[in-house]
Amino acid sequence: MESIKYDLAKTPLREVNQFLHSDASVLNGKHIDIQNPNGAHNIAVGLKSEAKVNIHGHAGYYAAGMNQIADVTIEGSVGAGVAENMMSGRVHVKGFASNAAGATAQGGLLVIDGDAGLRCAISLKGADIVVGGSVGSFSAFMAQAGNLVVLGDAGEGLGDSIYEARLFVRGKVKSLGADCEVKTMGPEERKILVDLLSRSGHSDVSPESFTLYGSARTLYHFNVAKSGAY
Amino acid sequence: MCGIVGLLVKNPKMRANIGELMLPMLIGMTERGPDSAGLAIFGAPVGDEERKFSLYASEADFNWQKLAHDFLTHLGSKVVSFNQKVNHAVLTTHLDPETVKIWLHEHYPQVHLLAIGQLMDIYKDVGTPAEVAARYDFSQLTGSHLVGHTRMATESAITPAHAHPFTAGQDWCLVHNGSLSNAPSLRRKLQHEGIMFETDNDTEAACRFLEWRMREGDDLKTALEHGFEELDGFYTLLMGTKDQLALVRDPFACKPAVVAEHDDYVAIASEFRSLAHLPDIKNAKVFEPSPKEMYVWKV
Repeated sequence: MESIKYDLAKTPLREVNQFLHSDASVLNGKHIDIQNPNGAHNIAVGLKSEAKVNIHGHAGYYAAGMNQIADVTIEGSVGAGVAENMMSGRVHVKGFASNAAGATAQGGLLVIDGDAGLRCAISLKGADIVVGGSVGSFSAFMAQAGNLVVLGDAGEGLGDSIYEARLFVRGKVKSLGADCEVKTMGPEERKILVDLLSRSGHSDVSPESFTLYGSARTLYHFNVAKSGAY
Repeated sequence: MCGIVGLLVKNPKMRANIGELMLPMLIGMTERGPDSAGLAIFGAPVGDEERKFSLYASEADFNWQKLAHDFLTHLGSKVVSFNQKVNHAVLTTHLDPETVKIWLHEHYPQVHLLAIGQLMDIYKDVGTPAEVAARYDFSQLTGSHLVGHTRMATESAITPAHAHPFTAGQDWCLVHNGSLSNAPSLRRKLQHEGIMFETDNDTEAACRFLEWRMREGDDLKTALEHGFEELDGFYTLLMGTKDQLALVRDPFACKPAVVAEHDDYVAIASEFRSLAHLPDIKNAKVFEPSPKEMYVWKV
């Protein structure tokens, strides 16, 4: 695989991002290494080719946001909004992620080896997210579709007002949000979990150690008996 | 927005260079706070009986020589030292804070008393972080720890008095990233308790609240626990005392913070980009502090 190196201490980020937006025919099959990210925002945003990008260090806000097709690895931690609104492809964070990781992501796989902050997978719309550590409060708020796998614990209000996303949590959940409840894990859900654990480097983790959470679907329709509350 | 930075140097050899180490931290927060900047530095203490008074005059051509002269004439030969930098001055004297406050109020009401303490000096002014740092030679500062702030004003005027840090009591300061929605009601409540305000800034309300709680006998931890109940809004607060830095984030973690703990130093900033240049940062433990938890680092 052809390798291209950029050093953000020497090359302006805009130049690097513009290169990463070259035509897919230029980028497909390329391996791009980015040195000295030093917490810069918007690194490798909006990629749409079969490129592999390695960010060697800590990235700032919206790293690999709106990703399509590309495979982006961040060797360090990331600020808020990593892989937000991802459509497809793969984003791997080896450190921790700040708030709103994978927000509104519609497809693809986001793997975070460390902890994720608050509101992880908020308004998730179909992507898969695997967090090796714990997630903060209000994660998967209004999550509509997709899967969130958490190997550690979850904070307060997990899955508040959730629609049809599946939440697999191995550790403790501090509290569940409105309309989120424990579900029975059937063979179909177990298969999804096993597949995600295997694709995120956790194939040694037993799927039986997880609890599945999902929507109780009591908020789907207006309840006239509660109209006085509005 | 707004940016916060804090640096506590554990390695005594590096304390002579704290200003130089900090400067890229403050400048790194320019995008978050381009309209004003400020810094509180904790350096070598003055004598047991002495106090430093950090003063600020809004007129660029303020006659500091006359103030120093009048101070000596009116109050006797009790000035230990008088160091002026642009429109800031640090006055060191044996006199008690009340005497100095009353004298300033009577003779120089236009001069702001920014801080009182034995270790802490404060500089804050309008301009970009780089401009303010150059104006007051921040790169030359020495000391054990510091607290800095870059401001993007959202709720009150852009003046040096509205810039952070804010102080309460002696050798105590606070910087804030965020906004408080109940600052006016908090002010009214504190004014009933006899607490005086210098500005209409929301951070000052938080600062005076903590000052009041500590005056009522709370330690910092208890005061902050009361703060979690009473402060309504978004905040990351970084506080400096004579021998520690303390950090809290609001329960919703609306405002950011990143910490780097290294054998030689502890550095705190709104974002990692202000920490990236620090020596041997690759071997520091970098983490994001949890919401509603208090972090304290001792000198």
